[in-house]
Amino acid sequence: MRFILFALVFLGLAPMAEAQQRTRLTVYTALENEQLAPFKQAAEAALRDIEIAWVRDSTGVITARLIAEKANPRADMVWGLSVFSLLQMEAQDMLEPYTPRGAEALRPNMRSARSPMTWTGMDAFVSAICFNTVVAQQRNLPRPTTWQDLLDPRFRGQIVMPNPNSSGTGFLTISGWIANMGEQGAWDFMNRLHENIQQYTHSGSAPCNNAARGEFGVGLSFDMRSVTLKNQGAPIDIIVPTDGVGFDLEATAIMRGTRNLEAAKRLADFTVSRTAAELYGRFYAMLALPGVEPTVRGYPTEFAQRLVNANFAEIAAARERLLAEWQRRYDGKSAPR
Amino acid sequence: MNRTTRPVLQALPIIRPKTSPDETLLRIIQGIGFVFLLLALAFPLTSLLLRAFEDQQGSFVGLRNFAIYVTTPSLVQSAWNSIWTAVITTCVVIPLAFAYAYGLTRSCMPGKWIFRAIMLLPILAPSLLPALSLIYLFGNQGMLRGLMGGGSIYGPWGIIGAQVFYCFPAAAIILSVALSTADGRLYEAAEALKASRFRIFMTVTLPGAMYGLVSASVVVFTLVVTDFGIPKVIGGQFNVLATDVYKQVVGRQDLNMGAVVGLVLLMPAILAFLLDRWAHGKRSATMSGRAVAYRPKPRRGRDIPALLICLLVACALLVIVAVSVWGSFIRFWPYNLSLTLDNYDFTRFDTAGWQSVWLSVKLSLITAFIGAALIFVIAYSLERGPARSLLAGPLRFLTTVPLAVPGLVLGLAYIIFFNHPANPLGIIYGTLAILVLNSIVHFYTVGHLTAVTAIRQLDPEFEAASASLHVPIWRTFGRVTLPICLPAIFEILVFLFVSAMTTVSAVIFLYGPDTKPASVAVVHMDEAGQASAAAAMACVILAISLTAKLSEIVAGRVFARFTSAWRR
Repeated sequence: MRFILFALVFLGLAPMAEAQQRTRLTVYTALENEQLAPFKQAAEAALRDIEIAWVRDSTGVITARLIAEKANPRADMVWGLSVFSLLQMEAQDMLEPYTPRGAEALRPNMRSARSPMTWTGMDAFVSAICFNTVVAQQRNLPRPTTWQDLLDPRFRGQIVMPNPNSSGTGFLTISGWIANMGEQGAWDFMNRLHENIQQYTHSGSAPCNNAARGEFGVGLSFDMRSVTLKNQGAPIDIIVPTDGVGFDLEATAIMRGTRNLEAAKRLADFTVSRTAAELYGRFYAMLALPGVEPTVRGYPTEFAQRLVNANFAEIAAARERLLAEWQRRYDGKSAPR
Repeated sequence: MNRTTRPVLQALPIIRPKTSPDETLLRIIQGIGFVFLLLALAFPLTSLLLRAFEDQQGSFVGLRNFAIYVTTPSLVQSAWNSIWTAVITTCVVIPLAFAYAYGLTRSCMPGKWIFRAIMLLPILAPSLLPALSLIYLFGNQGMLRGLMGGGSIYGPWGIIGAQVFYCFPAAAIILSVALSTADGRLYEAAEALKASRFRIFMTVTLPGAMYGLVSASVVVFTLVVTDFGIPKVIGGQFNVLATDVYKQVVGRQDLNMGAVVGLVLLMPAILAFLLDRWAHGKRSATMSGRAVAYRPKPRRGRDIPALLICLLVACALLVIVAVSVWGSFIRFWPYNLSLTLDNYDFTRFDTAGWQSVWLSVKLSLITAFIGAALIFVIAYSLERGPARSLLAGPLRFLTTVPLAVPGLVLGLAYIIFFNHPANPLGIIYGTLAILVLNSIVHFYTVGHLTAVTAIRQLDPEFEAASASLHVPIWRTFGRVTLPICLPAIFEILVFLFVSAMTTVSAVIFLYGPDTKPASVAVVHMDEAGQASAAAAMACVILAISLTAKLSEIVAGRVFARFTSAWRR
């Protein structure tokens, strides 16, 4: 037993010895893996005495962790997490109010309305359709350009989408429809879409991954997801429907209770800077900081107009009710098709 | 110490049994075990499950969450789905595993050691491997999709298929330990009495393995009910209780409702505990002090069918693994099947790269050595210690709980307990130590059952004889119990090692910036759409686990030469 205690204490203390000179900020994130290295590099180059230690996981897992750690927060900051998660944490009083220097320049609908701000947006990602062109040819599926196109009976049993009760991407998708078609219109649309759905998955990335593998013809997901798959040679097209798409923000916040508040504030300042925005622009087309030209390719020029006019606070407040209603309508009947 | 002496002691109230130093020692060990499981299991779980009675702001709401949960429309459906898939899986796995273990232990078929290694294949790699293999084999683009007859693997049959694959090793381990020791005299007697082989099987073999059969069934049933990884990936929208927890915790970030479902999922633990007690009452030590170890003699009528069954099972396991090994070398399934080594250059996909592999090895080694020692000694103190001690009952119950706790629930429980500002143990939070502790506890039950099965086959007469000769119990433990149980201890060691190499569900909530295990990296790469790279890292894990298993087999054979001479 003594050995065990010794081992436990030893293991516990070991990591604390290193990195004393630079302030080490623990940053929780749901950014894509390939974004982590360039983001860390840029921030550490701009702020010489700060070191970033990432903890990266999917939106659901990282949010659940943050909420479970509420009594004694381990994260100093959140950089790159869905705004819906941040609003949920704001409601539980978990965010440190701070207006980063220059944050007023961000688009008003992409930053916290409070003063001082509790969160600031980085960029927007939109729900989109992953369309497998090879499968489409085999099964004679038309290429959809709008959400309404998906109601075509030819898509029966061909569409996969994330279950909004399991996945943030799923909620993003339905909240876009609600903002676009009104709540009643959205439920009518989903009732009809339900007939064409093959599967509601628990993971937000599964629909696009499986569409890329040819398991299904059509996967509902978000835009960023498909880039990696396409680079590997998957025959998929990413379609941003023209009849209005829901979007979610990647956002930044300081955790209330951080032990490194000063350093966290300086990193927060960096995350709204022009340098940072240019970095976001390498991956996303719609940036929170106006006047920065995104360098990511493959987006239509009139992209910004397709975004629905979403009120995040309102949607976040209705989240519980919408999810329960969705579950009542579609999740109960789980009969495999 | 045993039941028969109790009435005698009660009849003579004047003579009080004196506590021997041995008994005191065992009591102390029981106490240590109890405190350990209290701190590492009961307290964390309680602190999470108490949330079931609170709302998100932390105020007490009584049973309101339960009321909400009971009225969820899909609840009854989920519960029923969980039960019937678990029952079918158990009914398929137990006979298969029994036949396989029987072949390994009671026949003279060739190549036993190789079958012993293959038997573990399913748990040597993260669950992503079989899921990918099933998709590559039976998915809509699968190589064998014709065999599905138009059905889909995304649903209950996919779940059952994957669960059978996944639960097979646990059942096979327990059953092969249960069948590995038998009293040869019973068989000689039966043969002398001209009992038919069937009768011998029914009256000698089966009763001897009864405890193992019950344990294995309980383990398989509970594993299926609490696992969310497989239904999440391959179950489509087929709802089960474990995915309900996932939805509440990860989907809706509602820890309170998650705690409610977690509590419901503890039911199997209680069931398992009751069954275990029942089987305990029926047990009889198969290895008495005068036992002569049973050694099977070659007999074709038994050896050839046994070999065929083992071959069949082994081939099925090998094919599933082989497909994903191949999958780790291809560029992109199913559109670009050219081979490449790029998938093994992990830094391209994950900043931690190969580091997470070494971290996993470290984590698993520490977990295996500390865990196996702890589990075996505690199991011994329970089996040989004072049965009526205050702690024995609660301790026994605690050892069955981890099996019934979904990893997700355990992970969150650890956050809430160890991250509490007032907890001095919080020092281990975010370090490797908490991952070690979590892994030991998470896989405690199977290790414990293996240990108990092995210890129960030894007659308590060994200890009684030692006691009457004034040999202290620790010496008997070191000279008799330990050597005889060494194969079982090795099994536990390797089981813990490979489980820690592959575990995801609990540690995904606990790793820190510098302690991301490879198994978590696998999940991340798959989520990011890098299936081939994910398969590659899963294969590295597989290779390491397989090496561990093979070295165990070699070490076991060497040790056996020195320590098990009496078996011959």
